[in-house]
Amino acid sequence: MQITLQQTLFIVFGAITLGAALLVVTRRNVFHAALFLMLSFFGVAGLYVLLEAPFLAAVQLIVYIGGIAILIVFAIMVTRDMMNPDVPGANRQWWAAALVSVALCGVLGWVVLNHDWRATAGPVPEHSIAILGATLVDPEGFVLPFEVASVLMLVAFIGAVTIARER
Amino acid sequence: MVPLEWYLVLAAALFCTGVYGVLSRRSAVAVLMGVELMLNAVIINLVAFWRYLEPGAATGQAFALFVYAVAAAEAAVGLALIIAVWRTRDTVILEDIDLLKG
Repeated sequence: MQITLQQTLFIVFGAITLGAALLVVTRRNVFHAALFLMLSFFGVAGLYVLLEAPFLAAVQLIVYIGGIAILIVFAIMVTRDMMNPDVPGANRQWWAAALVSVALCGVLGWVVLNHDWRATAGPVPEHSIAILGATLVDPEGFVLPFEVASVLMLVAFIGAVTIARER
Repeated sequence: MVPLEWYLVLAAALFCTGVYGVLSRRSAVAVLMGVELMLNAVIINLVAFWRYLEPGAATGQAFALFVYAVAAAEAAVGLALIIAVWRTRDTVILEDIDLLKG
C-alpha cells in the first residue's frame, strides 16, 4: 500500500494529538499537563486543515489554544497548591478507569471498523466558508440555535464572573 | 486520501484518553482537561463525517461550531467553580471536596 503525503501528515498530526493527550492524563504536574493539552489542540487543528475545514482550524487555534487553554493555565496559577509535586496525580481507582477506557476504545474501534460508512469524500465547494456563514444566519438554517448559543455564552460568562468574584 | 475510518479510530482513542483522565485524576482542573479532550474527539468526528459524507452542506461544520460555543461556556463556568471552591475550602483535590457526603 502506497502511503500518500496526506496520510503521512495525518499520521504526524494524529501522533501529536494522541501522544500529547496521553501525557495530559498521565503527567503528575498539572501545569505540564496544561501545556501538553495545548499541543494536543494544535494537532487537532492540523487534522482540520487536512479535512479541508480551514475556518474550524482557525477557530480551534483561537478558541481552544487562545481561550480555553489560557484559562486553564490561569486557573492553575491562581490555585497554587496544584503545582505541589507531593500530591499524587491519579486516584486509587486509576486501574479500573484504565480498564474502562481501553474496553470502550476497543468497542468503539470494533464498531467503526466493522461498519460500511459509504464514505465518498466528494469535492468541497469552493466557497465553503461563505456557505457556512450564510447557513448560520439563514432563517431556514441555524439562526435560532445561533442566537440561543449567543445567549448561552453571555449567561455562562456573566455567571462565571459572578461565581469567581471575590466577596 | 485518508480513509474515514482512520479519523474515527483516532477520535475514539482520543475520547477514551479523555475518559481515563476524567475518571482517574485527582485535581479538578485535570478532570476538566479530560472533558476538553473528549469534546475535541467529538468535534473531530463531526468534521470528519461532514467531509466524507456531506461536503456540500454546511451542517457538520455548523454543529462543530455549536460544540465549540458550549465547550467555551463549560470551561468558563467550570474553572470559575474551581476557583470558588478553592477560595472556600483551600483545595482542588476532588476527594477532599466531600461536604455533601452522607
